[in-house]
Amino acid sequence: MPTSASSNADGQVRPKSNRPEVPMATAKNWLREMMLIREFELRCMQAYQDKKIGGFCHVYIGQEAVAVGTIAATEARDPIVTAYRDHGHALARGMDPKHCMAEMYGRIGGCAKGKGGSMHMFDRDNNLFGGHGIVGAQIPLGVGLAFATKYEDEVINADKNGGKSNRVTLAFLGDGALNQGSVHEAMNLAGLFDLPVIIICENNGYSMGTSIVRGTTMGHQISLKSEAYGMEGVEIDGMDVIETYWAMKELVDKVRATSRPIFVDMRCYRFKGHSMSDPRKYRTREEEERYEQGDPIGVLKAHLELRGLTEDDHKEIQREVRATVKASMDWAENSPTPPSSDLYRDVYRERWGPYTGTSEPEMLGGAEIECKFNAIDTTIDRKADLL
Amino acid sequence: MSIATMREIEFRDAVREAMSEEMRRDMRVMLMGEEVAQYNGAYKVSRGMLDEFGPRRVIDTPISESGFAGMAIGAAMMGLRPIVEFMSWSFSLVAADPILNNAPKMLYMSGGQFGCPIVFRGNDGAGGQLGSTHSWSVEGLFSNVPGIKMVIPSNPYDAKGLMKTAIRDDDPVFFLESERLLSMRGEVPEEEYLIPFGQARIARAGTDCTIVAFGRMVNIALEVGIELEKEGISCEVLDMRTIRPLDAASIIRSVKRTGACVVVDQSWSFGSPGSEVAALVHRECFDDLDNYVHRVHSADVPAPYAHNLEQEYLPNARRIAEAVRSCLYRS
Repeated sequence: MPTSASSNADGQVRPKSNRPEVPMATAKNWLREMMLIREFELRCMQAYQDKKIGGFCHVYIGQEAVAVGTIAATEARDPIVTAYRDHGHALARGMDPKHCMAEMYGRIGGCAKGKGGSMHMFDRDNNLFGGHGIVGAQIPLGVGLAFATKYEDEVINADKNGGKSNRVTLAFLGDGALNQGSVHEAMNLAGLFDLPVIIICENNGYSMGTSIVRGTTMGHQISLKSEAYGMEGVEIDGMDVIETYWAMKELVDKVRATSRPIFVDMRCYRFKGHSMSDPRKYRTREEEERYEQGDPIGVLKAHLELRGLTEDDHKEIQREVRATVKASMDWAENSPTPPSSDLYRDVYRERWGPYTGTSEPEMLGGAEIECKFNAIDTTIDRKADLL
Repeated sequence: MSIATMREIEFRDAVREAMSEEMRRDMRVMLMGEEVAQYNGAYKVSRGMLDEFGPRRVIDTPISESGFAGMAIGAAMMGLRPIVEFMSWSFSLVAADPILNNAPKMLYMSGGQFGCPIVFRGNDGAGGQLGSTHSWSVEGLFSNVPGIKMVIPSNPYDAKGLMKTAIRDDDPVFFLESERLLSMRGEVPEEEYLIPFGQARIARAGTDCTIVAFGRMVNIALEVGIELEKEGISCEVLDMRTIRPLDAASIIRSVKRTGACVVVDQSWSFGSPGSEVAALVHRECFDDLDNYVHRVHSADVPAPYAHNLEQEYLPNARRIAEAVRSCLYRS
């Protein structure tokens, strides 16, 4: 089993640094993306306190290297699905921060027109299949995305591109989802059907307030769980974006070639609470400080300083991401709320005309397909009939 | 209307013909479920499909409803059009999260970006002495959820035409078959036809009382119609075909004519298609009714095993006839 990171006694992960260098421009872009996510999340916390954002809100602070490093290893056509701590994945996948913020503000300009909220970020253009709120539910979906890409590539397009599966799905979950039956059912199916999916467990050590060892057997080495499903299990240091990228690049290339699933234990740490209302009484301040010393943004910044990044460069990035996030908030603030007519929109594909709820006479059938053998005279205008 | 080549086939053959024709027509359509391929289907609905379409399109899954239902939904989000067989709808309960929380909400929650064109199908309803856990009628439970369409055919002809529509539909369709009906024979033309959703069929024309019925209950209501004719009661039986969308207009039109309405729905009475129809009729036909809407449901208890108890549990001809007489002040 290739292990690209190792743990020491205090549970912290120490990266190996024998990876090739990434081009400076690429690494600088990653730093910018991580700083953008950090700034975005800090502003979300403020906006939540100011009651601009409702519902539940789970911020990604501390885990930025995971979304940025993993998604950098994919191609735009590779589908991605994740859980409810999803702002980072959306931004790393290329969603405009304006649309992400407006979604949280519950505005029409949001990525889901204000219908999804913080936990349900969807972006068809960027192949982001959500944002899912039920713990673990997105893993069967992710396995299904991989099933579909493989089916499209190998069955529908059997005579094109050599009929070979050529897309890789990333399906993210938290360590708290590891004990959901649906996750294990999905891993069994992925192994059984040879599906091109990488199931990435963002192992931040806590299932809400329950530490992994209190809720999960073999919590010290969860990658072993994958063996039972016939898939390789890999541990990756998710606090070092360069390490995350290279390790993931190997896996993505491998899955693209073999169409076999892989499970990743992505070691990371969530710096803030589970959600906005979490006082974090279940862990010590000392533990948090220990991890904060390995802040993934600080790690990358230090690395880039060795390669010539100046303090001015850093300040310039900071200035730019602040302006971008501020602009996204202004844009969200100015985006209209969804019109009340949108309440009934997108429940169905609306082949019957506007849907207004059941037991309303408007929910009638038969507009599109002519019924050849129906006993009822379909030529009558049914709505007129009811007046 | 000219029907050139009618033949008599079983309900299960009608469902299979619909699936096979649609799979020939559209490569995105595939079938998955427990024992659907090598075993030829636990109830032989998919017999022969593996031979024709191969294991890439007719897929045996492990007993893992939550996993494969979720997987199929993910595939539908990506653009495939899966047909998922539940050996019984009773087993779909372990897949409640994907089928109720994902499939019907994806389009809405994504602001219209990701639909879910998928068909879930399988046996629904009691009658085989399978005891409480295996005897679910899920109509009441699942029709509560906006975003799904629910189909409940009563005969082979409708089963085929409605299944073809279900597979071509862009929304998630819950297709409720009845194990009691799978061997029912009926006339089905060779020619292709589709039956649109939301259009009830007048299974029997009548003037005194409208019986609104769903699925297998339509056949029992028709028997009651014949019996009550001998008493001088003329029943109109509406076969609703789909629960969502519900053909409100046909119900209203019929009840305005007869002035009396009995609903026969094999799910439990509390919060059910039957109660929905009653509310609709009371609202839309208030001045036309000579009595309140009478409802015949399964008894409000878990399904029993003993044959006699199970027969009494289900809506049966005696209970339906009593309801019609009572509704017409003839009891």
